[in-house]
Amino acid sequence: MQKILVCIKRVVDYNVRIRVKPDGSGVMLDGVKMSVNPFDEIALEEALRIKERYGNVEVVAVSIGVPDTQQQLRTALAMGADRAILVQTDKAVEPLSAAQTFLAVAKKENPDLIFLGKQAIDDDANQTAQMLAALWDRPQATYASKVELSMGKGQVTREVDSGLETIEVDLPAVISVDLRLNEPRYVKLPDIMKAKKKPLESTTFEALGVSVGTYLKTVKTEPPPQRQKGVMVKDVAELVDVLKKKGLI
Amino acid sequence: MNKILIVGEHDGKTLNPATAKCVTCAKAIPDAEISVVLLGADTKAIAAQAAALNGVNHVLCVDRPENQHPLAAIFAPQLVALAADYSHLFGPSTSFGKDLMPRVAALMGVTQVSDLMAVEGAYKFRRPTYAGNAIVTVEADSSKKLVATVRVASFEAAPSGGSAQIESKSVTASLPTHTRYVGAKSGSTDRPDLQTARRVVSGGRALGSAENFKLLFSLADKMGAAVGASRAAVDAGYAANEMQVGQTGKIISPEIYVAIGISGAIQHLTGIKDARTIVAINKDAEAPIFEVADVGLVGDLFQIVPELEKLIAK
Ligand SMILES: Cc1cc2nc3c(=O)[nH]c(=O)nc-3n(C[C@H](O)[C@H](O)[C@H](O)COP(=O)(O)OP(=O)(O)OC[C@H]3O[C@@H](n4cnc5c(N)ncnc54)[C@H](O)[C@@H]3O)c2cc1C
Ligand SMILES: Nc1ncnc2c1ncn2[C@@H]1O[C@H](COP(=O)(O)O)[C@@H](O)[C@H]1O
Repeated sequence: MQKILVCIKRVVDYNVRIRVKPDGSGVMLDGVKMSVNPFDEIALEEALRIKERYGNVEVVAVSIGVPDTQQQLRTALAMGADRAILVQTDKAVEPLSAAQTFLAVAKKENPDLIFLGKQAIDDDANQTAQMLAALWDRPQATYASKVELSMGKGQVTREVDSGLETIEVDLPAVISVDLRLNEPRYVKLPDIMKAKKKPLESTTFEALGVSVGTYLKTVKTEPPPQRQKGVMVKDVAELVDVLKKKGLI
Repeated sequence: MNKILIVGEHDGKTLNPATAKCVTCAKAIPDAEISVVLLGADTKAIAAQAAALNGVNHVLCVDRPENQHPLAAIFAPQLVALAADYSHLFGPSTSFGKDLMPRVAALMGVTQVSDLMAVEGAYKFRRPTYAGNAIVTVEADSSKKLVATVRVASFEAAPSGGSAQIESKSVTASLPTHTRYVGAKSGSTDRPDLQTARRVVSGGRALGSAENFKLLFSLADKMGAAVGASRAAVDAGYAANEMQVGQTGKIISPEIYVAIGISGAIQHLTGIKDARTIVAINKDAEAPIFEVADVGLVGDLFQIVPELEKLIAK
């Protein structure tokens, strides 16, 4: 185990109430708090724990995004990543293009493992890890809730609809993480200072030799239909009454 | 004509109801011819179930020992080989479909539409983003194959009454050996399945312990309901992970959803937007769950739940 890549996406913070622009052209992003995608923090935490267990492992945080994505990569460095790579772009990048870009980075860096989040909480696509594994022709272990490594192999327990499933994969492999894999550490002030000195390299699609396409045209963005406000009942008897009238119990 | 191939989900014995919902979605595509493919070790019995779905024209069975367990790395190259004859490839938005379909799409060099919730044309769909807070209409390139996962909570199951042809297929594809199935642990119960149940009782952090969750199981048994949970309840170990409802858990559409001691975070609400009736029981009258509830009751769940169970039993 020598090197782990972790994909870190800059997304609207999960506490922000999302508002759709009145003209339907997208969601309002001006002045909105941006953060590391919550799943990607868990991905990074897992990489750092492996580093702490094995020593001598380099953890590299990679992101594709606008120049300000440096902020999220600095957070990753403060958490403990050794260095960071930002593939700069002003375009919105779809999962297939993101996977192609990460493939190009993987070919340069030759990691033993690539960790991603199971989904980005903006596009909710849940695709990038699987696509990267396909393009790289390597195993995928999605929705990980436990990762154990030994002798060039990984045993990964996955959260699936019916419960938990365990698979074994040969390394190198791509792992997408679920919420219960670990609890990410808090960043301490001295770490933020230290992170300022860690290397953060900027690159471009051109330099990596990736051509980024637009595959899906977004025609319109709308708020979801609102539910009508319901009735408040005063006690259990009235509740049962209402439900019986609706034929629900 | 639009030729649609649906990847059927099954557990080796029965067809998952998500497949019947994909069929309904596929029927909404104009001029559709619908096939269902089943990959497994022995899919004969399941094929009969798929063939009986109204709207299905063909059922393809790809039986081989390597297909015993649904590993995306093994299934994907076979689906790529089969895809040659189709314009659209659909899978369910279940952990099975979400794991598999993007791998298939990437091998073919095409993108995927995730969580398709409405069909507006053969290449135009609506899907949720931002935990369901922004619904986007997307259009894909009609000159390429379209891969999508279907948000099963958005579609009714196709009824039975079909009689599709069943055909056994052999596929030439080289399969990797880098991924191996080890085992599974499922919290199988004889209670209704959360994803298809008509009634769901769900508990949050307020339950306080796994022991207290038994209150909900008991109520659910009286109602013939499945039991769900918030992430906080699952993280705290009060409930099993497969019970989680929400953005990163299950998206469900029961006729009645009873949220007990759940605050109503947006990530939780994402999972229940399609519930017909939401009932909320919470001691805090200001809890956001009441903004979406059809029926709300403010009070202590530890008093309300036993009383509710008693009154329902009458
Ligand atoms: C990326 C991401 C994904 C997430 N995905 C999910 C998801 O899929 N599903 C999900 O549920 N959450 C998800 N969450 C978590 C979500 O944000 C909330 O933290 C979670 O839903 C809160 O669970 P809760 O309502 O049980 O707990 P709390 O928010 O703590 O609410 C407990 C409620 O119980 C009430 N209460 C307390 N005691 C009593 C009593 N005696 N009687 C009655 N009421 C009482 C309180 O008033 C309160 O409203 C996600 C978060 C993130 C960041
Ligand atoms: N632009 C990006 N920059 C960094 N990581 C990304 C990017 N897009 C996707 N990812 C990674 O892929 C995961 C899944 O994203 P998605 O497939 O969009 O839901 C995220 O949790 C990230 O780890």
